[in-house]
Amino acid sequence: MLVWSRPGRIVIWLVFTLLFGVLFLAPLAVILLSSLADQWNGVLPSGLTTEHYSDVVQGAAWKAVKASLVTGFLASAVALVSGTWAALALRIQDATLARVLGVLFFIPSAVPSVSVGLGLLVAFSHPPLLLNGTIAIVMVAHFVLISAFTFGNVSAGLARLSPDFEQVASSLGARPAYRLRHVTLPLLAPYLVAAFGLSFALSMGELGATVMVYPPGWVTLPVSIFSLTDRGDVFAGAALTMVLVAVTLILLLGLERVTGRQARS
Amino acid sequence: MSVPAFTGSNVMDVDAAKIRGAGSNVHFDKVSVAYGAHVVLHPLTLDIAPGEILAMIGPSGSGKTTALRAVAGFVRPASGRIRIGATDVTDLPPYERGLGMVVQNYALFPHMRVEDNVAFGLRAQGADKALIGERVKDSLATVGMSGFAKRYPRELSGGQQQRVAIARALAVRPRVLLLDEPLSALDAQIRRNMVEEIAKLHRDLPGLTILYVTHDQTEALTLADKIAIMRDGRVSSHGPTVELYRLPPNRFTAEFLGRANLLPVTVTEGATGPKGFATARLGDALLAGAARGEKPGDKTLLCIRPQHLSLTGDEEHTNRIVGTLKEVHWQGELTHLVLEVDGTPVRVSATRLPVSLPERGSAVPLFFTPGDTSLVPEDVRG
Repeated sequence: MLVWSRPGRIVIWLVFTLLFGVLFLAPLAVILLSSLADQWNGVLPSGLTTEHYSDVVQGAAWKAVKASLVTGFLASAVALVSGTWAALALRIQDATLARVLGVLFFIPSAVPSVSVGLGLLVAFSHPPLLLNGTIAIVMVAHFVLISAFTFGNVSAGLARLSPDFEQVASSLGARPAYRLRHVTLPLLAPYLVAAFGLSFALSMGELGATVMVYPPGWVTLPVSIFSLTDRGDVFAGAALTMVLVAVTLILLLGLERVTGRQARS
Repeated sequence: MSVPAFTGSNVMDVDAAKIRGAGSNVHFDKVSVAYGAHVVLHPLTLDIAPGEILAMIGPSGSGKTTALRAVAGFVRPASGRIRIGATDVTDLPPYERGLGMVVQNYALFPHMRVEDNVAFGLRAQGADKALIGERVKDSLATVGMSGFAKRYPRELSGGQQQRVAIARALAVRPRVLLLDEPLSALDAQIRRNMVEEIAKLHRDLPGLTILYVTHDQTEALTLADKIAIMRDGRVSSHGPTVELYRLPPNRFTAEFLGRANLLPVTVTEGATGPKGFATARLGDALLAGAARGEKPGDKTLLCIRPQHLSLTGDEEHTNRIVGTLKEVHWQGELTHLVLEVDGTPVRVSATRLPVSLPERGSAVPLFFTPGDTSLVPEDVRG
């Protein structure tokens, strides 16, 4: 315990509550209130309604939820496979090469997502790589943006994995593929689940690149929210935001339960 | 649940006999290992006979683990060849070498039950189900862990995990068992028991060749048929355990393998008589000890173990030196005395002391037999 005195601890809790309340809870509370607001001209809404939720459900909300979920799942799955592959491959490389490639893999996370979207739009708008106007370019954009995080998570897991496990497995006669399937991947499972969860959450909230490349008919939740608020329909945008938060939270809590179970075992 | 000891001879008739396989010899032929320009193992030529336990012992960074890892296939030699039996395994991947390996932290797969851990190697090699079942049963019985098959590693103590790790290595009927500091993670009491149990296991499986890497001289002395003492990436000495202990070929071996008093002496007479004792002078005293071809006039070291020095003489203890008592440390079973003889500190470990102990600073005669004494060349590197 860093702070021993009771008054000191009370001060620390007050500071924490203030920061957490202002920075995290207040914006979410405002969005929640907006999604339920009938009219909002004063400090608080003048009345509450669920009409905005009905509107978005009857409108394009479910298509947007589906587009976001499919994009998130596919992009995260591909990022997980490639990130794991990259992390495993880099582990057996020369230390300098591994460091250089490791930095390169992180570059997409340092580029603004709008720039990534623009880059993809330019790169894939001409044959033979004509992806502009397809769902695939949305997947590619999300993959590019989240793959660095899956790579980072899996690399961290591998770094914590004692080489003894794999070496003992090899000495017992396990070939590399058998060893990977029965030893390395099961031991990495908590990190793989965490990497997938993080990638999925990032994908669900991705707007900058998606708004540059999305084709008609594949409007994700963030793009829908952006469109609604851009048109001035703030309350509907807030309702859709709450749908996005709920869907993402449910999925992450599910993944957390899986990870927790694995950690306990 | 209490843990039975390793099955030993009583169960060996039932289980260990099934596990007993023909061990192979291991041959290092000028094997060297280097990381860039840094040589961690200088050309090493060494044989481990079938069924032999060779302990590689030495301080950290002496190259002992590197030598074991080269046999396992985790380190590629910069030069030389390694043969296991008739097979040159130098270029074979680890999974084709037919070994069993036990490491310091056990490395039991935490997501598998004990029985699945033990079955791992056989499954990886595609053994049929009936054989796997039989081998798992036999191997667990051999290490006294039959009742723990359904447990997960996290539900076992350190000693139990180590037994399972040994069972897992034995289940694949290895040509050679590699033990890399296998008891280092255990506390002292359990470690002592495990050393005895591994010794018993090898008596039950006499055909099993074992390369045992440790920094613990007690483990090496208890278990090994032969010992290779490593220093700075080279073998400082290699030979039968008892011989290395009784007649250490150099100062490093004498000091690393057990405690040794090394007194600088001058040889006055080379080896004579049926026992080949030489005579050497220390101050005024003339002392006899096992010789290594020393000639009169040679400056050398006289090695005598602390427990071989006695405060009382008899007709066998014909060697006599006099020292000044400096310190007395009582440690229950033993009392350690530190004396100074001709400027050199001499340690005595005594189980029984005279009723009246001499006072500090007084002159105390020490007696020892020529048979417990040897002449050791000064710091010759192997």
